Amino acid sequence: MNGPTPEAGQELDPLRWTPGFDVWNRFAAVNDEFVPIHMDDEAGRAAGYPAAFGMGYLQWSWAHNLLREFAGEDGRIDKVQGSFRAPSLKGVEVTAGGRVTEVSRDDATGRLVCELEIWTRAADGSPLLPGSATISFPGTD
Amino acid sequence: MSAPASTLISEAMAGKIGAEVSRRVSFPVSASDIRKWAMAVYYPKHPPRRYWDAEHIERELGGRWVAPHEFNPFAWMTADPSGFPEVDRLDPDLLEKTLGIDGPGLRFQLNGGLDVEYRGDIVAGDVITAVRVLDGYTERSGRLGQMLFTTNLETWTNQRDEIVQVRRQTGIRY
Repeated sequence: MNGPTPEAGQELDPLRWTPGFDVWNRFAAVNDEFVPIHMDDEAGRAAGYPAAFGMGYLQWSWAHNLLREFAGEDGRIDKVQGSFRAPSLKGVEVTAGGRVTEVSRDDATGRLVCELEIWTRAADGSPLLPGSATISFPGTD
Repeated sequence: MSAPASTLISEAMAGKIGAEVSRRVSFPVSASDIRKWAMAVYYPKHPPRRYWDAEHIERELGGRWVAPHEFNPFAWMTADPSGFPEVDRLDPDLLEKTLGIDGPGLRFQLNGGLDVEYRGDIVAGDVITAVRVLDGYTERSGRLGQMLFTTNLETWTNQRDEIVQVRRQTGIRY
């Protein structure tokens, strides 16, 4: 958390990427994910999509980048959940965003617990990876 | 979505729910692994210094290289099973074959979703063990035909037997 105490309804600063083979190849290299549907348009079409498409786990990473920005140095990412609804297509901008839905105090630990709705979306606003997350911060008296 | 006309889930498959699917042990996580992962997932931007700048990590973090939460310590090769895998990792029936039964014989597989509880950091030097259990099957019909959803529950522990992550992953086959 970089700034004041989070409040329900607060929007996270969005992050954006324009995916393509330069982005996907880098991720394939670190995750050992050289799969034809992510490397070859024909393989993507054979799987029922318009072309090659990005790795689901890369969307997952981008959602975590968003959460790390929000958590800052003090916050702790406790839980993240997401469903891969649609592929991320070459050249179609992806936005990772989120919103604080609830803020509460954990009586046992004193930590401030933020529930968040998170997402990655394509340029037309369609959901790619909708999900949720829990981030907690040290309590302050 | 509508109910499938026939099931993809055989009795043998249903009978394996709860079975251990795999047990993997990583090589020690290195600072270089963490640096490269961060460079890939933040590209084309630069990742935060805590993932790549040794001087910053020494000065500000006491030399503790913490991996990004979603970092995969099992990429490319594992310490156990050792060596190059003899299985076809892209085989959609790999899970059932690993369990010694026939799979549904579907052509394609996708990552359907993840639900991860983070309980601790993965730090350079850690050795991570992942134990995966088959949690269940469901199926339904969709745009791409009859689809099989398989959920696995995987627990990651470090070399001190501390649980660092509990991961529920859903795979989609069609």
